[in-house]
Amino acid sequence: MNRFIKDKKQLSIFITAGFPTLDSTAAQIIELQSKGIDFIEVGIPFSDPMADGIVIQESSSIALANGMNMDVLFDQLDSIKNQVQIPLVLMGYLNPVLQYGLEKFLIRCKDLKIASVILADMSIEIYERFYKELFDKYEVPMTFLITPITSNERIEKVVNASSRSFVYLVSQTSITGKKQALDSSLFERYSEIKQLCKGVPVILGFGISTKEDVENAHLSCDGAIIGSAYIRSLMEEKDLLAELV
Amino acid sequence: MISEKKYTAVDDLGFYGDFGGAFVPELLRDNLEELSLNYNLIKEDEAFQNEFISLLKHYVGRPSPLYLSQKLTNEYQCPIFLKREDLNHTGSHKINNAIGQILLAKKMGKTEIIAETGAGQHGVASATVCALMDMKCIVFMGEKDIERQAPNVQRMKYLGAEVVPATSGSKTLKDATNEAIRYWINHTNAYYLIGSVVGPHPYPAMVALFQSVISKEIKTQLKEHTGSENPTKIVACVGGGSNAAGAFYEYYDNEEVELIAVEAGGMGVDSGHTAATSAVGNPGVLHGSLTLLMQDEYGQVIEPYSISAGLDYPGIGPLHAHTIQVGRTKSISVTDDEALKAAKKLAVYEGIIPALESAHAIAALDKIDFSSNDVVVINLSGRGDKDMETYLNFE
Repeated sequence: MNRFIKDKKQLSIFITAGFPTLDSTAAQIIELQSKGIDFIEVGIPFSDPMADGIVIQESSSIALANGMNMDVLFDQLDSIKNQVQIPLVLMGYLNPVLQYGLEKFLIRCKDLKIASVILADMSIEIYERFYKELFDKYEVPMTFLITPITSNERIEKVVNASSRSFVYLVSQTSITGKKQALDSSLFERYSEIKQLCKGVPVILGFGISTKEDVENAHLSCDGAIIGSAYIRSLMEEKDLLAELV
Repeated sequence: MISEKKYTAVDDLGFYGDFGGAFVPELLRDNLEELSLNYNLIKEDEAFQNEFISLLKHYVGRPSPLYLSQKLTNEYQCPIFLKREDLNHTGSHKINNAIGQILLAKKMGKTEIIAETGAGQHGVASATVCALMDMKCIVFMGEKDIERQAPNVQRMKYLGAEVVPATSGSKTLKDATNEAIRYWINHTNAYYLIGSVVGPHPYPAMVALFQSVISKEIKTQLKEHTGSENPTKIVACVGGGSNAAGAFYEYYDNEEVELIAVEAGGMGVDSGHTAATSAVGNPGVLHGSLTLLMQDEYGQVIEPYSISAGLDYPGIGPLHAHTIQVGRTKSISVTDDEALKAAKKLAVYEGIIPALESAHAIAALDKIDFSSNDVVVINLSGRGDKDMETYLNFE
């Protein structure tokens, strides 16, 4: 079963666990679900998020200062597990997972029915050599990032490893939170990639901040992920979802 | 041309034993593949190697002398040689790697160079080779390091480089590296000139190879001095570990030569204010490689502390992590105060003012047991001009 296959275009939101306050995460998930968000990426804060722009860096620092950590996060998710129907994805960097203990992490993911895990700094090659066996043992799906310049051969490899999750297409080669509109010259490539993914959902992320971006993502992909723009709206106390949904 | 051996060889994913690899976002994958491809070409390319060696000789001033310190020899009762990397153009060993990588960048058709720097020595070396090769240079440097290494910031700017302050985290080398990586993701045409044996594969192997000229020269020079190319002990300071990798490189497979890596103890290894990674760290992933890392129980990187900006780093190169783990390299640590006293001692003994980083290696002499059969080489990685304010404040 693939929980990310839907018969409609999807919208996903990335939140940083523990931001703006330590206890805000569970309520945010419930609220986003009630507003019709299709799935949520829960960001595990890391001290050195190298693929992230200033907004997610700042939200991560605040979350860590608030006391967020893997145990707190899992306990919070556990407290709402009977209320959450939409898929939850855990997204972060490899080191906090390794230090927590990969097996312990996967046991909790399985228990909480985490729909997928994204580790931004782990390649599919490293995954297959060192970690796949444990992910398979606990039946926790992985999601990998690709970019518009990823080769078709490599996309095929990622698709073959993603039958129970989705392909995370990074809109362009830049860190998260870039404010410019999507580059329309890449739309054709997005469509090509969608074809290559043979039914595995393709969700576009990084730099999606406006309703126009979401609509453009929906033209060629199965969904869009908003991260930095949503977090920025929390920082500025604006209601981004009212504009989008 | 240069055969990789037991300790310095990496596997197909760039691992030295359990450490190394390339842990980077997909966004950097093509960059690293392009780099690996070109690096493998130049390793074997005679014209490239000749140009590299020629620039090291005529521009950098190599070979750097191997100098017998009579006063240290008298004090420790065995011959103690100083490998004078401080006499290189720009004042440290960093220029060796910068020359190698700028030639590679030129070959790859790059026109924009980015670099991170801690003490500013690698930043100055990068700014220097960019001026030489007419390339644009952007150096990322922690805000705190910009303050404590002001002379090097002035040198970089005078050479035409742009110095971008890193304002996140501890505002030191770790954060400068994060900013350089982010800039690289956003500007994939730029060439990232990493200054130490850290980062994703192939950087650790490449930087170690470019720095290996240090140990190649030690072999030849020591033979002239003593009749044997092998010392019994080599001592070098380690932040990321590029000067140590270079000084140890040719000796890794000769297990009779003891390799001693000196880390920055800061205020003391158990004080909570230290950069002695191998003493307080455990395996973790930072800046693209799996290595020994200072981190808390949840895998958040601990901000290191050392008075020396060049050693103030929470990780260590994966080659060092591997050789320390398997017992080939011994690591010890030296505190801020011990390093400051050693700097003064070398200044008074020999008329040589070492960099604060290198002063850690001198201070380590007090922590090693010597016999009269020992022959010791200390890698004096850089000169102390940049540290004069710190030295004068300590007096």
